[in-house]
Formats: sequence, structure tokens, C-alpha cells
Amino acid sequence: MTHDTTQGLWLSGNEAIALGAYEAGVKVASGYPGTPSTEILENLCTYQGVYCEWAPNEKVGLETALGASFVGARALATMKHVGVNVAADPLFTASYTGVRGGLVLVSADDPEMHSSQNEQDNRNYAFAAKVPMLEPSDPSEAKEMVGAAFRLSEELDTPVMLRITTRVSHVKGVVTKGVREEAPVAIGIEKVPGKLVMLPAMARKRRVYVEERMARCKKLAEAYPYNRIEDGDRRRGFVTSGVSYLYVKEAFPEAAVLKLGMCWPLPEEMIRSFAATVGELIVVEELDPFLETHIKAMGIPCRGKELIPNQGELNTAIVREAIDPASRPQLFAPVELPNRPPNMCAGCPHRGIFYNLSRMKLFVSGDIGCYTLGFLPPLSAMDACVCMGASVPIAHGMVKALGEGSHDKVVSVIGDSTFLHSGITGLVNSVYNGSAATLIILDNRITAMTGQQHNPASGGTILGDPAPSLDLEGLCRAIGVKHVFTVNPHDVVETRKVLKAAVELSEPSVVISRAPCVLLPEMKERRPVSYFTNQDNCVGCMSCIRLGCPAISWTAFAEGEAERRGYRATQKGVSKIDEILCNDCGQCASLCKFNAITRGEGKK
Amino acid sequence: MNDQGNILFSGVGGQGILLASEITAYGLLRAGYDAKKSEVHGMAQRGGSVTAQLRYGKKVYSPLIEPGRADVQMAFEMMEAVRYLPYLHRGSKVIVNTQKILPPAVATGQAVYPEGILDELRRRDIEVIAVDAFELARSVGEGRTANVVMVGALSVFLPVEGEVFAEIIRARVPERFREVNLEAFAAGRKACQ
Repeated sequence: MTHDTTQGLWLSGNEAIALGAYEAGVKVASGYPGTPSTEILENLCTYQGVYCEWAPNEKVGLETALGASFVGARALATMKHVGVNVAADPLFTASYTGVRGGLVLVSADDPEMHSSQNEQDNRNYAFAAKVPMLEPSDPSEAKEMVGAAFRLSEELDTPVMLRITTRVSHVKGVVTKGVREEAPVAIGIEKVPGKLVMLPAMARKRRVYVEERMARCKKLAEAYPYNRIEDGDRRRGFVTSGVSYLYVKEAFPEAAVLKLGMCWPLPEEMIRSFAATVGELIVVEELDPFLETHIKAMGIPCRGKELIPNQGELNTAIVREAIDPASRPQLFAPVELPNRPPNMCAGCPHRGIFYNLSRMKLFVSGDIGCYTLGFLPPLSAMDACVCMGASVPIAHGMVKALGEGSHDKVVSVIGDSTFLHSGITGLVNSVYNGSAATLIILDNRITAMTGQQHNPASGGTILGDPAPSLDLEGLCRAIGVKHVFTVNPHDVVETRKVLKAAVELSEPSVVISRAPCVLLPEMKERRPVSYFTNQDNCVGCMSCIRLGCPAISWTAFAEGEAERRGYRATQKGVSKIDEILCNDCGQCASLCKFNAITRGEGKK
Repeated sequence: MNDQGNILFSGVGGQGILLASEITAYGLLRAGYDAKKSEVHGMAQRGGSVTAQLRYGKKVYSPLIEPGRADVQMAFEMMEAVRYLPYLHRGSKVIVNTQKILPPAVATGQAVYPEGILDELRRRDIEVIAVDAFELARSVGEGRTANVVMVGALSVFLPVEGEVFAEIIRARVPERFREVNLEAFAAGRKACQ
């Protein structure tokens, strides 16, 4: 699809940021996929003259961008909010080194946790790392602010953070197209050790610079074009930023608003003079009382989180009713319905592993990816999930605490991409410090959760060009794992045997479960020969139903129906496979002992 | 709904809701409106309940529809037509594809799919426009165009000429699927005229 409309381009916030980066003359961009940030690099890589890559993790992504900046290139790093935790180490010292070419770090936060394990507010990083942060409200502003962020970065010799949230990233709106500008800094090696070698002696000097810079930035913020007062009814004055601004404009269209496009550092004089002209100052922001805390620290009275929730997303109604409770309308009450949680796809290779784990009565230390859905019934085979890579050390720590002979009670499960992101060091530790809990690597040949991104083991670059494919078995052996098994998870019965053997070993073991994600284009293109049920043979044992496959459903018998239809009188019902949904994995067939599930040879 | 409107798209991940909401948005933009659309990606797409929210008007700030303010709901699955009831108001229109997709608890025999579910809407003065989109899509030769059948049904109620949508489909759908999508759109439109 093209994006042209008569008003301009119709783009998501992420697409707009990619366009903004291109127009700003970005040369190098790196990052790790993570909702809601992924589409920035996916779009940016389609523009000519920009080098883009998927890094194995966010720290590597930011460090790559920093290297590009050191030789004068405008460089971009993109990641989700929790990715910034991984990249925090280079971020805090890049604040000291500063930049040559502009360096922008996009942090895509996920209030409401649509697809995340926490809802941390990354504005706190700007404060803590002492770097400026811009915060757009919609796609149009997001595009403009990318260029502004690069200019600010070069002007103040600092990385600049651009903070977006799900309702900017994944909102579409009208955006005005510009032209690509030439970045101002000439690219080439320049040795400036006093600035780039952060030994204590040099770092102490840069530490002083950091404070000077932020003081300059604060001054600049007072007249920054993205900080603006929108005049109106001054009985109430709102201070707001990001997407919250939009909710304020709809809830209180007449009110005076101070919109902060730069949410760190804050323009103290501007806030103070705005506060002086309004009856009451109200701070409307999602998540933490970030603006509120700093405004209160300036000694300016205001109200914020005593009215506005500090959890979850806001919307116009929440903002209006928090401030004006009488405006709450009468709403229809929800009707109770069966839930429809997300599920692993029909034919997902992970299902074969989690089906087995659900039967093995182990503690399953899980990780971040599609496979976290193994937690849901009927599989219910995940007992912990904290952050990228944590599955392996958590299992190790459990075994160390449980003591001798506990290695067969705990396994860890991690995806291929997550293992390469931050699971490897955990495995190094397990081997080095001797714990034998089995690690299962779910190698589906792609980073699936975020929508099919390549990774160092998948054999492709961000553009889909061929790339070296990391040898997972070889890597595990090199780390010192003597027992490395590879299984086809669709053969549920055989997989069980291997898992059992691995778990019983008293030395570290790795089971690599290898089968491609069913959403891979090559898997979608094949014409599957789907399975179907020979219902006459079905005895209603429900083995296939326990897989929780979306293509398999259960039909319960009414009273007397079993006998009428020629089944045993005690049979409760029969299984049925939806041949349209079936993706031909055969896991159910490998479990069925009654020849009730048959492959539909030549049916399609 | 003339000067402004809020359209809530609901259904099950994988039903083509994003494409349907895109075509609708382009139509409204072509008719001169400002618009914003909100989607959720990632975890929500794995067969779970999904929504897209489309708002249009002279100038749109918020990308989210307030509860009680959706003028039209495009429900791609029957039960999902009722799940977002708090977003509707008296007089809202619900265009519902009468297809049933069983959620896991129903498929595994732990729960039952509620019968007569659309009456929950009618009872609250919500106008229900039932469309057998899957069957109509099959009748034009491609079950997977049910989403475009739904756009055809919706188009009858939008301040946009039908021909504008046809142009958008011609411009934005890959050639080998173009004809069948135009037919799907026409079938949906006809079902509601």
C-alpha cells in the first residue's frame, strides 16, 4: 500500500519516525525488535542511503549507533521501554562522551502493558542519565521531532531520547512529507581521547560538562518551539506532554494548556509564569508523576496524581472524569462472555514442547516471546517469566538453592532470538558454576512475537538478504555443554523421550527444539495438506484437545447422543479438526492412539 | 454521523481487521476528513480479541474512542460484537459478521458459546445489521475477502461515495486479488442497501 492521501501521508507513528530519520539524513540505525518499537527500523530499512540492522540486543544496538556517531554520522537506536534497561549501561556513559554526529535513542513505552511485562515510565531515564528527552503527541509531531532531536544532539553534544508510547507508535495519522537533508558533520575518524575514553580522570571532567550542558539545555527549553502555551480559559491551566496532551485538548477544549514537547529538562521559568496566570495548575501525564514531581520541587503548587491514575493508559474520558467526576456518563455494563486470550497459532512448534512440559510436572522457568503463551490453559506449562534471558539464571538459582539432586525438577525455556539476546551468558554461568537444569531452546528460525524479524541464527539480515546463521548446537558445545540434543517438536512422543533423558542427566544439557514458525512466509506459501478427524474412531479421550490448538474443537454429546451415534454410552463427546485452520503440523496425529486423526492426502 | 464519527472495529486476530480499517480510513480522508486510527500489535494478534479504533472529523486529537461514544461498531465475529458493549450508546449501529469463532475455553469444552447473543444489543436500542460476510465472500470466490465484504456493508452508512472505496481498493490491493475484492465490496454494499 502507498500512503498518499490528499491531506498528506497516512502513517503510523513508527512509520513517521522512520521517515523523520530518513529526512534528517540518518546514516546508521540499529536496535532490537520489541512492541511497540519494531516498525521503526522495519520501515527505515526500506529507504535508500540508510544502513539498518537488527542487533542481537538493545545494548549492542545503542553501542553501534554510538560508534556511528563517533565518526560523525547521524545515528538512531530504537527499542521498547524495557530494552532501554538493557541499553542503560552505554546510555549513562554516552551521556558523558557526548556525540559527534547526532545520536537519538527512541524509547517506545507501553503503558497498559499491551505487549509487555511491565509499564515503566522511561522519562525517568532522561532525568537519571542527564540527557534531553522529546515527547511527541502524534505521528505528525513524531516525524518533526526526530529532526529536532538530531539538531539538539549536535548542538548540545549529547544523546537525545525520543520517548513515544503505544498510542503514538501504533496510531495512524496525517503526516507532511519533507525532503532529506544532508547531515552537517563530515564523516571520518577523529581521535578525541579526552572525550571518548571514559577513564576516571577524563570522566570527571566530562561529568562537569554534563551539568553545564543540561543547564544550557534548560535555558534553551524556555524558548524551545515544541514547548508552547495554548491560551484559553485560565481558571484551570493544564501542563501536559505526549499523548496525554490530546486527551486534555478533547476533554477541556477551552482550557489554557502548557504543552511540553521537551519533557526533560523542564523550562522552569515558562512553567512558573504559566502557573502564575492560571487559577489552578493541573498536571496530566500517563504513568509516573514525572512532571508533577519536578514542578512541585520548583515550589510550584499543582495537582496531578491525586486526580489522574498512575497506572495504565489514559484516555479522554479518564482525564475528564478525573477532574470533573460529575461528567461521568451512564455506560452499558459489560456482558459476561467466555474470554478470548491470545493463543499459539495452529501448527505452532512451541505447542509440542509445552504439551510435554505440562505432563512432566516440572517447574518451567520461561522467557519473553510467543512461547510465554505456554502459560495459558490447557497447556499451563510456565511457572515464571521475568525479562529477556532470565529463564536460564532463574533455573540456575533455583537449583543452587534447592540443593543437590534438584536438577531434574526445573527446566528453562527460551526462544532462539531471546537466547541470543541475553540467554547465552546465563548458560555460561550454569556451566561454569555447575548446575544441571535442562535448557530448552525453541528455535523457530525467526523472532516471531514481534512479527517475523531476522536474528543472528535465522540466516537473513533486516532486509532479508542472506546472512551467516549462528550454529546453536556448536555454540552450546563451545560453552561447555556436553549433552546437546535436537528434536522435532511436532513429533510429540519422540520429543518427550528426549526431554526425559535430558532432564535426568546430572550434567548441564540443552535440548534444541527446531521447527520453523508457521507464520514464516515460506510456511504460509506452501499448500498444507491438512489433517482431519475420522470421527467414527474417536473415543473422546481428549488427548488432542489438551494441545489447545485453535484448529481442534470438542463437541459434547447431548444425553443419549453417544449411543444413538454408535459410540460407547459413556463417551462424552468427539473432537473435530477445522481443516481451514489446520496448519499440518501433525502433533495431534502423533498423540492419537485410535487412528481417529488422519492426514488428508491430496485433499487440497 | 456526518461531521464526525467514531468507528470501533472488533474481532479476532487474523480476520483482516487492519486492512478493513485502513480502507475505511482512506475513504474518509478522501472525503476530506481528518482521521486518526489506533491499533494494537504484538501479543494481541495471536488469535486473541482485537480492536482498531478509527475517529474522523474536522480535526481529531485523541486516537482513542471514549467508552459510550462509538457510533458504529464493525464486529467481525458475533461474540466480539458484544464484548465491547460499554463503548456503545443507544442508537449505535453494529454491523456484525455472523461468523462464530470458538475461543479456547469453548473449543476445549470448558465453556459454551452464548446463544442469541445479538439480542443483548437489540435489547439496548442498538441497531444490529447482521451480515453473513464469510458466506458472501465465498459467493464471490474467496472466503478471505470477508473483511472487504464488511467494508462494503459499512460504506452504506458513511459520508463517502461508494465509488471512492472502489477506487481505493483498485489502488491499494495487489492486482491478483483486486477483482475479487471489488466484488466482495459490492456484495457487502448490496447486502445493506
